[in-house]
Amino acid sequence: MEQSNQIIVRVHAEDFSVADEYALLACDNQDGAVVNFVGKVRDFNDGCAVTDLTLEHYPGMTESVLLQISQQACERWPLNKVTIIHRVGTLTLGEQIVFIGVTSAHRKAAFAACEFLIDFLKTKAPFWKLEAGDTGSKWVEARDSDQQAAQMWKK
Amino acid sequence: MIQVLFFAQIRELLDTAKVEHSADNIDTAEALRAALAATDDKWAKVLASDKLLVAINQTMSQWDSPVNDGDEVAFFPPVTGG
Repeated sequence: MEQSNQIIVRVHAEDFSVADEYALLACDNQDGAVVNFVGKVRDFNDGCAVTDLTLEHYPGMTESVLLQISQQACERWPLNKVTIIHRVGTLTLGEQIVFIGVTSAHRKAAFAACEFLIDFLKTKAPFWKLEAGDTGSKWVEARDSDQQAAQMWKK
Repeated sequence: MIQVLFFAQIRELLDTAKVEHSADNIDTAEALRAALAATDDKWAKVLASDKLLVAINQTMSQWDSPVNDGDEVAFFPPVTGG
């Protein structure tokens, strides 16, 4: 089947505006549902206080993985638009890290695709977090629970 | 030549982001890993991690995936974005 989805993938240091991204996603009257997810820098991880984190990525591969998972989501659910924005560089407490937005005629597809996209982003896209806190800096360990969440989407 | 990239704690532990490696006698990702590990004890230890992942030409790959002259091969730990 021909896909005519509108997919936007961006990786950059600058912050994004949820209002602006929502406005871009929500401008099409064929869509009855818009689901957005925003990931933020949290103050605690594994019992340690976190003051900021630095995101490293693999330029080129990151964008191509995000595009691939967006295309997979469009094949799996009847979506219209997909936007994925991920920031890199040093981010302080409370800052926005990642935006995922999807639109569809109905809510079930939009909710499911949004969750699929964040689960796959977390386990497939080459980003790495270096956390700084009271006890110095350390690389964040990958979580088994994230792998299990992505596994749940296997058909 | 093969362009070899390292990311995150692998880059930090090796203190190296990028090297060029001869493609002679390198047929798989595992062969490249073994050749790089032979550099010295530190490289042997870092590249022996059972959690190490490999991408060939920016695509996640297996250890027995073929590597050819001119390829870009990246080694990195499990990803933690989002």
